[in-house]
Amino acid sequence: MQQIVAKPGQQQLIPTNEVVELSDSEKQQIDEALHHVPFASGASIDALKIVQAHRGWVSDAALNALSEHMGLSTADLDSVATFYNLIFRQPVGKVVLHPCDGISCDLMGGKKIRRCISKNLGITDAQTTEDNQFTLIPLPCLGACDKAPVMIADKLLFELIDENKVPEILNQLRGNS
Amino acid sequence: MSEAIAPNNPMTRFITDDEDCWVLEKYQQHGGYDGLKKAVTQNSNDVLEQFKASGLRGRGGAGFPTGLKWSFVPMGDDSPTPKYMIVNADEMEPGAFKDRWLLEKTPHQIIEGLIIGGFTLNATVGYIFIRGDYYLAIERIEKALKECYDSGLLGKNILGSGFDFDILLHTSAGRYICGEETALINSLEGKRANPRAKPPFPQVAGLWGKPTIVNNVETFCNLPHIVNFGVDWYKALGKFKDAGSKIFGVSGRVKNPGLWELPMGTPIREILEQHAGGMLDGYKLKGFLPGGGSTDFLTEAHLDTPMDYDEVGKQRSRMGTGTIIVLDDKYCPVSMVLNLVKFFAQESCGWCTPCREGLPWGVELLQKIESGNGQMSDIEQLEALTRFAAPGNTYCALAPGAVEPLQSALNYYRDDFIAHIEQGCCPFNEGCHHD
Repeated sequence: MQQIVAKPGQQQLIPTNEVVELSDSEKQQIDEALHHVPFASGASIDALKIVQAHRGWVSDAALNALSEHMGLSTADLDSVATFYNLIFRQPVGKVVLHPCDGISCDLMGGKKIRRCISKNLGITDAQTTEDNQFTLIPLPCLGACDKAPVMIADKLLFELIDENKVPEILNQLRGNS
Repeated sequence: MSEAIAPNNPMTRFITDDEDCWVLEKYQQHGGYDGLKKAVTQNSNDVLEQFKASGLRGRGGAGFPTGLKWSFVPMGDDSPTPKYMIVNADEMEPGAFKDRWLLEKTPHQIIEGLIIGGFTLNATVGYIFIRGDYYLAIERIEKALKECYDSGLLGKNILGSGFDFDILLHTSAGRYICGEETALINSLEGKRANPRAKPPFPQVAGLWGKPTIVNNVETFCNLPHIVNFGVDWYKALGKFKDAGSKIFGVSGRVKNPGLWELPMGTPIREILEQHAGGMLDGYKLKGFLPGGGSTDFLTEAHLDTPMDYDEVGKQRSRMGTGTIIVLDDKYCPVSMVLNLVKFFAQESCGWCTPCREGLPWGVELLQKIESGNGQMSDIEQLEALTRFAAPGNTYCALAPGAVEPLQSALNYYRDDFIAHIEQGCCPFNEGCHHD
């Protein structure tokens, strides 16, 4: 079976025969999710999120392992995995930065903030830094429009960001991870 | 009852300066779960009649009468079971931030509304479908659910009534289209969140083919208070035709952006000038989207319109989510519309053509104009697009919503579009350089 290996920030190009197995902890959490649905397919999003929480992203090999464990086709699982914004089918850095690119943030200078982050890290949208620390993926309206511009990273919401605060925020996130 | 006097801010009276105002004990101190206690002593059909009579309309944006929607669920001993009740907490409308506030500050209010909803329609399972990025809200809902199970508010024989109800939390993997109720149901079934063709409507055949109700967070928040304080009180809360109170919000370059619970029918001027404090110094109001990113622009001429579903509709826009996005005189309207159409193009599920192909086409044309490379025929093309993506041509309301700010911008800010084309640059950027 052809599978694909990729490095952070790179397209998946090199086919390999890498095989992975789900950990006991992954299997246990997936089985818990399966318990709540009448059909296995109902737990596919939860399962993908569980795998991602353990591995950082969902590789082809992990997708195959998941398919086997849940009795669902890899095609079905992949069609779901590729649909949603928060399932990563490529490797990401330790921290994924989600600056808001919604209109309320842009009205308050959101574009400047995103450019500042980009410049600071030397990456553009969807890229990962060389040291594998940060991946930059802007998200639409994060629902904190009265505190614009905002960013979510490492499960934290940063509000009223100005350009001077950007280096400080990035340092804090480096420390957290 | 711990609170005898009917409040005029039923939904936000629980939000105090206390850091932990969201915990069960604090919620109950302010009259939380009084509505549920009253509901379970009544006949479920009587409770439904109260919702119908209350005039409550869906707070997610469409404004469909909630009681009427619920009355389509087949009831009786031979009706299909289980029935499902779902809270749509997948807030992602550009400029909408009210549900996050309610979720973080009053998780129990949403849970109480959901349990009452379940009781009303004899549902046995409730879901809270929450946006995956709302980490604090997720944490609090999880804790609140545990508090409920520990104190007999969820599970078997709730409050000794013989009614059994469970609530499951689903954290979304992120897509705007999950806010569309049939797409949300597909997503809960673990599929791609493509909308379904209607009929059958979810009330008849929804999640796993069973009768299902999907309503917005704020809609559920209204239910306990209608039961607790009565239909007459609820109807009298509204200033105009629509009943109840509403969470209104303002974002953009105003002095005091934020959220407020105000009577339905509050004039837009009052919200913008009194509550949001007017424009920041040095900026003038150019226009606003009254109810989030998928509503038509209105201008200064419409400031005295009451925030009431039909009244905003008469001005050829929509009250939507009730969260106003303000456009000032220094921000480029073409750039604003480009941001919005780009968002909708990105979030299109790709299921039907006007949306999948039409919206990226709109982005291309707007980009052309914004960068100074547009021509007059592009404006006509954009106008044609607003007709192709109009209601009736698509499975769901995403594409029709996407072209609402576009069509109204072409109407009110046409001169700005033309100035871009004639000057060969964006006139809002000094020396035609973007900031």
